[in-house]
Amino acid sequence: MRRRVIWGMIYGYLGINLLMFLRFFFPRALYEPNTIFNIGYPADFSIGIDQRFLMTNRAWVVREPDRIFVIFARCTHLGCTPEWKPAENKFKCPCHGSGYDSEGVNFEGPAPRPMDRAKIALDPTGKMVVDTSKLFMDDPRAGVNQFNDPGAYLPV
Amino acid sequence: MAEENGDKKGTGLLDRVRQDITDLKDTIKEKGKDEIESLKEPEKSQLFRSVFRVKHDETPRNRALSVLSNVFFHLHPAKVNRDAVKYKFTWGMGGITFYLFIVLTFTGVLLMFYYHPSKVQAFRDILYLENDVPFGKLLRNMHRWAAHLMIIAVWLHMFRVFLTGSYKKPREFNWCIGVLLMVLTLLLSFTGYLLPDDQLGFWAVTVGTNMARATPLLGTEGPFGALLGMTPYNDVRFALLGGSIVDANALLRAYIWHCIAIPLIASIFMALHFWRVRKDGGISGPAPIMLESEIKEENRNRPVILRPSGMV
Repeated sequence: MRRRVIWGMIYGYLGINLLMFLRFFFPRALYEPNTIFNIGYPADFSIGIDQRFLMTNRAWVVREPDRIFVIFARCTHLGCTPEWKPAENKFKCPCHGSGYDSEGVNFEGPAPRPMDRAKIALDPTGKMVVDTSKLFMDDPRAGVNQFNDPGAYLPV
Repeated sequence: MAEENGDKKGTGLLDRVRQDITDLKDTIKEKGKDEIESLKEPEKSQLFRSVFRVKHDETPRNRALSVLSNVFFHLHPAKVNRDAVKYKFTWGMGGITFYLFIVLTFTGVLLMFYYHPSKVQAFRDILYLENDVPFGKLLRNMHRWAAHLMIIAVWLHMFRVFLTGSYKKPREFNWCIGVLLMVLTLLLSFTGYLLPDDQLGFWAVTVGTNMARATPLLGTEGPFGALLGMTPYNDVRFALLGGSIVDANALLRAYIWHCIAIPLIASIFMALHFWRVRKDGGISGPAPIMLESEIKEENRNRPVILRPSGMV
């Protein structure tokens, strides 16, 4: 009995150590670009693709006649950053050649679905706030389309 | 009285010293002879024995002992089936893999003297190594090419083992260790890919770690992942990268896995792998052949099939 208690304590101690070791690999604080950022007034954007926030926040702001939305610049194939090619009016991923139209909808290459869109909202001063940690997806295979959900776009 | 005693003592001492000197001359001569003899056969000298422990008369027993009792050789079999070690049978790929691992360890440690695993420094250090460090370009390229060759050699080794059926009983366990070693080799290659911090490595690791999103249970986009509450900030990819994007933490983690953790784990499995080769009956081989001169007279008319050494 005493022997079992002692072995239990040793295994318990080692087990807790293992859990601590595993938890150690998940940092609490991250020094990464903020996923929530302010992009200014809707009037600052003209019709088309805006690349101002690509380098800092990995996002394109797209203005269409009736709405503004934000495409999260991550290829849905394996996560590279596509390029915007104005001359060809498409997004092209350099890694494996996926192509997306000007709304971020895939039409060539291995990408399985359109690029995700980030949450967009107006703050009390009338500026737009984007959150790339809240994404809206359109996955035809799963029959999910969140692109018309509230927050996926801003009507203008 | 005192003087007499002193004189006697004096002469006695002088005689004794004379005697000692003549004795010493003889012993020096003898010792000199011994020294010269031991120079002719250095392996029989006390110095040699104190280092290598085994008396080195060329007897089969001593030859076996020199392997069995040596810290570097003890993983080796004492006797090897002569046909099993032919290169046309083994291709020498396991040995070449191990040799390349040694080369990679050596050149890798030297590269560590100039490389800083930080976002600001890493790529600059690569340029520095390539262009300015004495023999830096040679070292980096040795490391790079040896890495490529090691991957090829591992696959060819596996291919040979498969073709010769060496994964079968009693070697199943060693095959499994071999598969683990192959995975570790691929992981070494993958983690080393990010270290130059260039576009090629960055996007390769981006792609590679994005696959980890699809891990069952532990990845956000994998089966049951979302049900278990996995997000990009707590899944297995997050633990690998130390963040949600391939950034400074990912570079540092790749460096530590590449330079310390994986080589250490691989070394342990390699020792086990080599030891099991011996315990499972040596290199698997074609049916052993005896030379006619080796067959004892009384056995001459009996058909001989020898088991590989160590096989029971």
